[in-house]
Amino acid sequence: MPKLEVKALSKVFGQNPEKILSLLERGENKKSVLKKTGHSVGVNHAAFQVEEGEIFVVMGLSGSGKSTLIRCLNLLIRPTAGEVLIDGENIVTCTRDRLLEIRRKKVAMVFQNFALLPHRSVESNVAFGLELQGVPQEDRLQKARNAIELVGLKGYENSLPAQLSGGMQQRVGLARALATDPDILLMDEAFSALDPLIRKEMQDELLSLQDRMHKTIIFITHDLDEALKLGNRIAIMKDGVIVQIGTPEEILTSPADDYVREFVQDVNRVKVVTASTIMKNPDPVAFAKDGLRVAVRKMREASISSIFVLDKDRHVKGLLTIDSAIELLKDNRTDMDSVLNRDILSVGPDTSIEELLPLVINSKYPLVVVDEEKKMIGFIVKVSVLAGIIGEGA
Amino acid sequence: MFRLEIGSYVERVIDWMTIHWAGFFGAIREGLSAVIGWFGWLFLHIPFVLFVVLLVLLAWRVAGKGVAVFTAVGLLIIRSMNLWTQTMQTLSMITTATLIALLIGIPLGIWMSRSEKANDIIRPILDFMQTMPAFVYLIPAVYFFDLGEVPGTVATVIFAMPPVVRLTNLGIRQVPKDVIEASRAFGATGNQMLFKVQIPLAMPTILAGLNQTIMLSLSMVVISSMIGAKGLGIPVLNGITQLKVGEGFEGGLAVVILAMVLDRITQGLGRFRERKDARKHSSK
Repeated sequence: MPKLEVKALSKVFGQNPEKILSLLERGENKKSVLKKTGHSVGVNHAAFQVEEGEIFVVMGLSGSGKSTLIRCLNLLIRPTAGEVLIDGENIVTCTRDRLLEIRRKKVAMVFQNFALLPHRSVESNVAFGLELQGVPQEDRLQKARNAIELVGLKGYENSLPAQLSGGMQQRVGLARALATDPDILLMDEAFSALDPLIRKEMQDELLSLQDRMHKTIIFITHDLDEALKLGNRIAIMKDGVIVQIGTPEEILTSPADDYVREFVQDVNRVKVVTASTIMKNPDPVAFAKDGLRVAVRKMREASISSIFVLDKDRHVKGLLTIDSAIELLKDNRTDMDSVLNRDILSVGPDTSIEELLPLVINSKYPLVVVDEEKKMIGFIVKVSVLAGIIGEGA
Repeated sequence: MFRLEIGSYVERVIDWMTIHWAGFFGAIREGLSAVIGWFGWLFLHIPFVLFVVLLVLLAWRVAGKGVAVFTAVGLLIIRSMNLWTQTMQTLSMITTATLIALLIGIPLGIWMSRSEKANDIIRPILDFMQTMPAFVYLIPAVYFFDLGEVPGTVATVIFAMPPVVRLTNLGIRQVPKDVIEASRAFGATGNQMLFKVQIPLAMPTILAGLNQTIMLSLSMVVISSMIGAKGLGIPVLNGITQLKVGEGFEGGLAVVILAMVLDRITQGLGRFRERKDARKHSSK
């Protein structure tokens, strides 16, 4: 069961939102609905699932409905239609008390402009969620101090928010959300108000916190680089509609439509595209047990001048070139082990182009891509790295 | 043109209320009279020197050295004009009036901030209370409550309450939307939101309302004395009716001194809270 599931979620703002739903069913879009009826469509039939421990990024420009969407997930905004399932429970139809319970214990939120209580100290801000739950003072201050330490603000417990920088204030916001130990974190443009350097620092911090805590995170942003950096998967929104959901690489390498394509045009692909996308299929390969003649025949059939030789577990033994194979055959020998080139570099499928570049430039031979069990799953030549950088599908 | 007999309607309503609601008004009169009497007894039983010392210390703590010196000098001047008793009578009346104004005004302001309908209904009533000349409702007040401090206090409450209602409403409405949203997101109930977020954040504005209410009640002192309320209005009234310019001026001066002292101290209260917070947080 997914941790969070959204089904056919729509939100229409205006006098008579229910009426507009049928228009949306018929395929009208945000623009035409606004023109015809004066209603504003926030979210239009959004659907997605988020697995436990995943960082799910919703990306879109302003007005795309992403902020409305995230507010529907804890019912700060009540959707016009659709379901929001948390651990299988539809929160749209649950009682008021149950909703309070979910907001207090299961789902916490971090806001773009921090939204801290200006009259309270850092400590008391962080303890706010626990205070609302009625946790005794000693207990909640202890938990608050733990959360403050977690986000690296130890020593600032008694400062007022106004005495802190933007980045530190957002750390308080993050600590406040973590203090209740929620399963799900909703982060609404959480780093957008910060300077670029601080933003990068906070992104790294979030990733390292996530390594330890494995929360389910819904992260809203308008910044594609941020989305690509943080997201396990990304949903791209436009005019209230989710136009594509996919891993960062899927979004980059196979954009669903022109809108997404235009979006990803200027992305620094070097950081995102990985070996698994640009590698070529290891076909043909030769197996050591088949012997030299089979290897030579395979090379001839495929018109190639070298071939990878694998053992029975598909571990790479080395690279056989046609020249050395012919030399060997002339001498009537078949022990190809003696002529294999063994200084072959292997990389994992998640290696980014940025990391591949120096390897592929300095290596005489193609790079081998291997899985966790060291089995060969593909190989990379210089030209496929170049193709990956300029975005031509491998 | 036809004539709307608004005046005679009002008269009939007032007459009817005087007869049929006599018990209700009587109870209010007894209650208010007791409260005013108690404050009067308290203020007059505190020895002059102790009173001055307490008020100066308070002024010093919340508003600084300058206000403390001014308070000491001002109270001495009042004493030297032989107006101490009248000042304490006035003080007990405006204390009562202010307390009642807060007791009614803050909940009204909260209600206005939460309901547009309440806002639409109460706003014109506040305009009415503030701009209808006080003399107009002084007469019915005498019908209902007899002569003396009580009708004066009621008239003072009516005139002085609007600022605290308006500013409570304003203060709560000015609480940043994102803070409200964050509190909801963390599961605050309506009451938790009100007491933990909205009122604390609106407090400086509410205190400004308190300050305005006190100032307005002081401006009613002389008018109240026309219907028999004791206090600083009497010498002023004597000044007007008997052409005793000197006595009138002394009464007026005492009102001004009392007003300035209370104004500086209540204004200081708002800033004092902030300073206290800052000190508390920087000292650790």
